[in-house]
Amino acid sequence: MRLNINGKDLEVKDADDATPLLWVLRDHLGLVGTKYGCGVAQCGACTVHLNGAPVRSCSIPASAVVGQKITTIEGLAGKDGKLSAVQAAWIEHDVAQCGYCQAGQIMSATALLKSNPKPTDADIDAAMAGNICRCGTYTRIRKAIHAAAKVNGDLVSQN
Amino acid sequence: MSALESSILSADAYVQDLLRAAEAQTSVSKVNRRTFLKVTGLVGGGLVLAFYVGDRNVALATAKGKEFAPNAFLRISPEGTITLYSKAPEIGQGIKTAFPMIIAEELDADWAHVKVEQAAINPTVYGRQSAGGSRSIPMSWDQLRRAGATGRAMLVSAAAKQWNVSEAELTTENSTVFHKASNRKASYASLATAAAAVPVPDEKTLKLKTRGEYKLLGKRIGGVDNHAIVTGKPLFGIDQVVPGMQYATFVKCPAVGGKVVEANLDEIRKLPGVTQAFVLNGTGKPTEVMPGVAILARSTWAALSARQKLQVKWDESTASKDSWTAYVEQAQKLAVQSGPDSIRNNGDVDKVFAEAKPVEAFYSYPFIAHAPLEPQNTTAAFKDGAIEIWSPTQTPEAGLKLVADVLGIPPEKVTLHQTRVGGGFGRRLMNDYMCEAAAIAKQAGVPVKLQWTREDDMHHDFYRVGGFHSFKGGLDKAGKLIAWQDHFITFTQDGQRPTSGGDMSADEFPAQLIPNARLTQTKLPLQIPTGPWRAPRSCSIAFATQSFLHECSVAAKRDHLEFLLEIMGEPRWLQQGNEFALNTGRAAAVIKLAAEKAGWGQQLPKGRGLGLAFHFSHAGHFAEVADVSVDDNRKITIHRIVVAGDVGPIVNMSGAENQTEGAVTDGFSAALAQQIDFENGRIKQNNFDSYQILRIPNAPKVESYFIESDFTPTGIGEPALPPVAPAIANAIFAATGHRVRSMPFTKEGYSV
Repeated sequence: MRLNINGKDLEVKDADDATPLLWVLRDHLGLVGTKYGCGVAQCGACTVHLNGAPVRSCSIPASAVVGQKITTIEGLAGKDGKLSAVQAAWIEHDVAQCGYCQAGQIMSATALLKSNPKPTDADIDAAMAGNICRCGTYTRIRKAIHAAAKVNGDLVSQN
Repeated sequence: MSALESSILSADAYVQDLLRAAEAQTSVSKVNRRTFLKVTGLVGGGLVLAFYVGDRNVALATAKGKEFAPNAFLRISPEGTITLYSKAPEIGQGIKTAFPMIIAEELDADWAHVKVEQAAINPTVYGRQSAGGSRSIPMSWDQLRRAGATGRAMLVSAAAKQWNVSEAELTTENSTVFHKASNRKASYASLATAAAAVPVPDEKTLKLKTRGEYKLLGKRIGGVDNHAIVTGKPLFGIDQVVPGMQYATFVKCPAVGGKVVEANLDEIRKLPGVTQAFVLNGTGKPTEVMPGVAILARSTWAALSARQKLQVKWDESTASKDSWTAYVEQAQKLAVQSGPDSIRNNGDVDKVFAEAKPVEAFYSYPFIAHAPLEPQNTTAAFKDGAIEIWSPTQTPEAGLKLVADVLGIPPEKVTLHQTRVGGGFGRRLMNDYMCEAAAIAKQAGVPVKLQWTREDDMHHDFYRVGGFHSFKGGLDKAGKLIAWQDHFITFTQDGQRPTSGGDMSADEFPAQLIPNARLTQTKLPLQIPTGPWRAPRSCSIAFATQSFLHECSVAAKRDHLEFLLEIMGEPRWLQQGNEFALNTGRAAAVIKLAAEKAGWGQQLPKGRGLGLAFHFSHAGHFAEVADVSVDDNRKITIHRIVVAGDVGPIVNMSGAENQTEGAVTDGFSAALAQQIDFENGRIKQNNFDSYQILRIPNAPKVESYFIESDFTPTGIGEPALPPVAPAIANAIFAATGHRVRSMPFTKEGYSV
């Protein structure tokens, strides 16, 4: 099958149709930034974007997303390596502890800001409740999302 | 090859190079063995320092194979790179940032241009390499400071010679030596080669900075791996790839101790993508390799899919039959009497209890799982009697030796690469998954990545052990706590000692501060494995003791703050000469600070209350006040949790606040809803749907305040956790008059 990931068409070999997108990304394509945490769409560590919307890649067969646009954590920064506002805010606010869940958190946060550029705390709760952080960095995740929203907002007003 | 892999391999090669150079050099010259070893003759040159464990006066100038134990390195290359090696595993506690910060402070290095690398795992070179017990900072503080100061002194000495001025006229800042009088300056890079020719100074001549002189320590510094984390770089164990590797899953008996009788291996081998399937009898130890079936495949999914078709007949004759409900019934019956083991007995509690009716209560808490978010995994390649391993472990040094034992090969035939660890919490002090991967790789004859599922992790943990406390407290006429009795009901694996994480110290707070105290213990037989869980013992015992203390203050009709401070009494160390012991003055100070910041004593509306709890663990003094509302349906809202802690000077304020917020969230998460149930030896919880981790909508607001005393800094990964549960339980009582005496709180009808 051919998958469109981070703007590139990639050929996937030796994966049967039922293989979840998560394992195709990790084992077949070497895109290991997307993490396995539970396998049952409970923890959000495997969150990627499907046509811009956040989905749990552990619970979607790769064959079901052929021809659609998939974005992973590796595809967030610009081609020049410039980090997205969310990624930059994650560094600025020193969010991570172990860091394992953060790719999924960043993907969920990025999708939230795309659909809702100025989220309230309640919006953040609703959008981020599917992402577990076992280390408990939630306070900083919230701060970083607000900070990224502000940066994005400033960019919009400058344009 | 992954970026991490190549950086680890280059670090390994570098260390080997360093060792060879050090040995060649020390065999012909006398070095100052008590402090630092300067190593020259390396590829690339520059100034390289290795340094030694404590004051062990190791014989350096001896032949290869003798003990040689420098334990970390800093390197300044003539090209200008300052590289600092962090020897301890990074598990989310921030040590990979904190360690090099300490060196950089004394070195006066420009932090913005320091490069940090994970040191190779080589106990011969580094000595102890582990992450646990919040011990990394206190055990390494002096060493790391001296390392930086030694490097700085040698650079200054080189500059003084070059400029023909006295060292006293020179200052350092941002990786540069300055001679202000002549307006000259030289970068560390430009001095590196000359500095390497300077004798290593006697450590007695080193002048370490005072806290007021710190430029870096105490500031908020972001994690050194942050960029790699937010861009999804392959940092973790699960991300490692080696050429030709196959993907393995390993199925063990759901009740620990079960053995494989037979399995449908022929059928499994025919399934798509499956390459091998075999039985491992293992060593029979849960800490090593238990019996099970290994399935290898060309992808993780192929292995997991084949596993769905696996049928194993287990011999459960010696497997666990443990039942939580049976333990609870047993403990409730035992609670009325004292236990057979005496842990402490001072004064005469019976006399006090005979004179006035004691306060009595029975507390309990369940088994819980660690559930780090990165499921257990290890990648291993066995070839020609040697094994190479990539593993997310908290105890690489111990893991390396254990793998050697399990495989029956010498430790020098084991190469272990430390990866970043996706959460520890004590689970990865055990290296069972590492041993399994090693055994599977050896048997399979191909490189293997063993991947546990979340369910494997939930079913085969070394759980935080549950326990029970039957308390009696005695008050005098003035309402002072003068007698304390606790019958602690815990568990034992061997019939002799309490199970791991299930022991109670004779000095368990507050026994040593009460004139009449009796601690006894009953140990129930248990087969399910247990182990340290973040702030082991304290994470559970503090809930019981600090809640019951509040019950005593309520019975005495006294304010809990004043009651706790009275127990602390005069400021003093509870162990003379041990600055890592409880100091009642430090304790009182954090209690007062937490109370003040939380507005202790204020009038709150009906259904809202403040709860206070203190606990000392891992050399850290912490007091916390929870501000909690409870509605008629027992739905609780945490308005905020105020934390006051004293762990000495803070190394990295960002890290300290992050750890505190995380510990409070973790402590609340566990107290609220976590429980591992088991019947007939089988764990009932499977995944995060039945084992609840707190999510962002319910994350408490945490305010952290630190008393930065001048004592040696101590670790902060654990000690902020134990006071959380009792602070919340005490606040629930203040809000409602209902006393919560068991965890998780959901079992008592509470929700968020």
